Amino acid sequence: MSTRRLAPDQPATFAFTAENLAWAKDRIAKYPDGRQASAIVPLLWRAQEQQGGYVTEPMLRYLGDMLGLSYIRVYEIATFYTMFNLAPVGRHLIQVCTTTPCMLRGSDEILDACKKHIGPKPQTVYGEGLWSWMEVECLGACVNAPVVQIGKDFYEDLDGPATERLLDDLKAGRAPKPGPANGRFSSEPLGGATTLKEVKA
Amino acid sequence: MTKIIIDGKEYDLDPNLTLLQACEAAGKEIPRFCFHERLSIAGNCRMCLVEVRMGGRPGPKPVASCAQQLRDLPPVKEGQPLHEIVTGSPTVKKAREGVMEFLLINHPLDCPICDQGGECDLQDQAMAYGHDKLERFKENKRAVTEKNMGPLVKTIMTRCIHCTRCVRFAAEVAGVDEIGAIGRGEDMEITTYLEKAVTSELSGNIIDLCPVGALTSKPYAFNARPWELKKIESIDVMDALGANIRIDARGREVMRILPRNNDDVNEEWISDKTRFVWDGLKRQRLDRPYVRKDGKLTEADWPEAFAAIAARFATTKPERMAAIVGDLADAESIKALKDLMTALGVVNLDCRQDGAKIGLAPDGTRGPRAGYLFNSGIASVEAADALLLIGTNPRMEAPVLNARIRKAWLRGNLNIARLGPPADLNYPVCELGNNPADLIAIADGRHAAFETLKSAKHPMLIIGMGALARPDGAAVLAACAKIASATGMIGPEGEAGWNGFNLLHTAAARVAALDLGFLPGQGGRDTAGIVAGAGKGEIDTLFLLGADEIDTRALGKAFVIYLGSHGDKGAHRADIILPGAAYTEKPGTYVNIEGRVQRANRASFPPGEAKEDWTILRALSEVLGRKLPYDSLAQLREAMASDAPHVAQLDKAPGFPPADPAIWRAIGTAGPIDNAHPFVYPISDFYLTNPIARASATLAECSRSSAGRPLASAAE
Repeated sequence: MSTRRLAPDQPATFAFTAENLAWAKDRIAKYPDGRQASAIVPLLWRAQEQQGGYVTEPMLRYLGDMLGLSYIRVYEIATFYTMFNLAPVGRHLIQVCTTTPCMLRGSDEILDACKKHIGPKPQTVYGEGLWSWMEVECLGACVNAPVVQIGKDFYEDLDGPATERLLDDLKAGRAPKPGPANGRFSSEPLGGATTLKEVKA
Repeated sequence: MTKIIIDGKEYDLDPNLTLLQACEAAGKEIPRFCFHERLSIAGNCRMCLVEVRMGGRPGPKPVASCAQQLRDLPPVKEGQPLHEIVTGSPTVKKAREGVMEFLLINHPLDCPICDQGGECDLQDQAMAYGHDKLERFKENKRAVTEKNMGPLVKTIMTRCIHCTRCVRFAAEVAGVDEIGAIGRGEDMEITTYLEKAVTSELSGNIIDLCPVGALTSKPYAFNARPWELKKIESIDVMDALGANIRIDARGREVMRILPRNNDDVNEEWISDKTRFVWDGLKRQRLDRPYVRKDGKLTEADWPEAFAAIAARFATTKPERMAAIVGDLADAESIKALKDLMTALGVVNLDCRQDGAKIGLAPDGTRGPRAGYLFNSGIASVEAADALLLIGTNPRMEAPVLNARIRKAWLRGNLNIARLGPPADLNYPVCELGNNPADLIAIADGRHAAFETLKSAKHPMLIIGMGALARPDGAAVLAACAKIASATGMIGPEGEAGWNGFNLLHTAAARVAALDLGFLPGQGGRDTAGIVAGAGKGEIDTLFLLGADEIDTRALGKAFVIYLGSHGDKGAHRADIILPGAAYTEKPGTYVNIEGRVQRANRASFPPGEAKEDWTILRALSEVLGRKLPYDSLAQLREAMASDAPHVAQLDKAPGFPPADPAIWRAIGTAGPIDNAHPFVYPISDFYLTNPIARASATLAECSRSSAGRPLASAAE
């Protein structure tokens, strides 16, 4: 993980869309009186989505003003949580898990595929805004290692060729199917169930 | 009370103490970086680890002693030995060495070029609690970019150990939520939002709080080492609070100013003006007498200057002479000037440069002392539960007092309202508008604020010079005194008593001067009268004792004698300049807002031919043939004590004044209050309120940056 700092080039302003603003107000109302500032993480998350995947400096001030939180506190939160991207990302953000189980199961091959298909450097937007890739810490799906997160979906049990097919689909505008790429269902054993066979669903 | 064994000896201690405080109570030293008595507990440096043995068994793992209270320990089981805190066991020693090793992994070894060297907690504790042989880490240390925190605080963030004291100080004490820690883990960095300067008048205190050399004083950078400095305990004069300071001097030069701990006055904070004014002591100094000849000030020697004064005085009638005392004068020189002027028969005396209508009873005699003091005492602000600010902006007029008010507000039961223009005080204030005449409505019980004050247990008024330094100031003061009486603010004397009638002065010299009666005598003129008289030619000779805040251009053809330390407005207008000593250069007595008498000490000698102010007056008196009856400071102080006995009682606040109604009726003069002129705060630029501050380049820079103008150092 590299040092997380705000991107040098920043847009001038940020404001929620009407729909997101209504959502944010609803979200803020869920917190007890005097604890509205706690809504900062979901709001930052939604704002990041609206901005196209990253957090901007005007956004920090906008949310700080909205929640009565000082700017430095919002800044602290945005730089602390790695789920907040601080620089622009591609329309498809390929997050490659490289924590131990995924690494042992071959995440290096996935990285190689990303470098070959997308571009050599992580956290860099390639293909005129089409995509970018980054290494992330454990995505919590070790049972299907190695795993890649794209948008809100997990692509699991990947290897080099499977990743290349996945990236080709993305590039061609097709929507690849989330889940295991090696044919197994969910996190069942590869050759089908080995126990509890007599139990009917 | 909780029984606990600390290093083999049994103690019976308050269960609310933390383990660290318990160990300190037992006389054990616990190293720490993040823990600070006046800040919230963070528990993140892990340096204060101790071992807690429960049920006679060794502790399972070391405990951060700052973050656990005695009452958090599990109850002692029947028949089992008491819990024991061990501060010196091999486990504890090893744990501390481990923490120190972690801290030093990324701490640069630049002590030889670090300004903190010699007074660095990390340096000292590494010597005392570190490991002296381990060298396991060969990796490069992390490097952190410097952060801009404004013209006062220099940052070398590679040295930061992330104790977060500065973050907590800014958020809690200063009330400016502007410092924070961004990033996480090894990439954590302390900074301000987008590296803006901290907008606090107390920002310099983070330099003292920083246990390492990450935040140091920018003006003091690379100037001196702590061991070559002479440390003088003294009193600050930048505001009327009388903050206790330590002046560090090398030779004749004041190198820096630090706070001293005094829980009753300034706790351990001082304002930035107090801390960084020292470069003003070296600039614009009056270092020899001057006499104006043919319209030009020319250098002179003492006998020549005195002779010129004597010649002038010999031809001037006493009723055509006047004297004004400035804001920084010490009680000794005020006393000497008053005695000299009285001996000459001069009654046109005043110490209220701003024209505040205080100190005099309606009949022109001296008013009661309670009429111009901060009667509750500074520390009692914390006991107040309702506070009405009248024409005062304590953040500018006494920033450390403002921090105290904020502290009381943070505790949750202080209700603060304000009659005056809006200003950000770093705590929420209920605005009552800015109609001065509302005071009469409050006093008569026709205003909502009346009920709030009346129903409060410890109600308090703070009346600023913005409310009193105006033509109807005496009526404002009378209305305030009436509010105080009507809302039960004036309680009994003594321990259980209360008095919430408080004036907040802006001048350090004011209370002492009022105590010594440097006020217009029978038929005498006040400041406005003196200035107007000089303009009209009715006052021929005017003596200014460091008085620069009057309109010196309106003095007409009057012959002006200026005794002071700095070449400011007063000296520019003067016909004779007598070079005096600044507050760091003379032993002096100051009386703060609450009436506490404190002694300042000499840290260095005045420059050139300048002398201590009272000695100049004593020498002058001999030339004038009105020899003052004291030859030494001790004799002068004796004379002062016979004038005002309480001036001999040092470091003691007078306590709540008597509730005698006669006293409270004698404060101010009842009358109409001018509603057409709202209150205006006396201080427009916090950093430039007196001649010394105006001579300081550091404070000029602060003034520029606080006014939003670009920083000269921003490009660095």
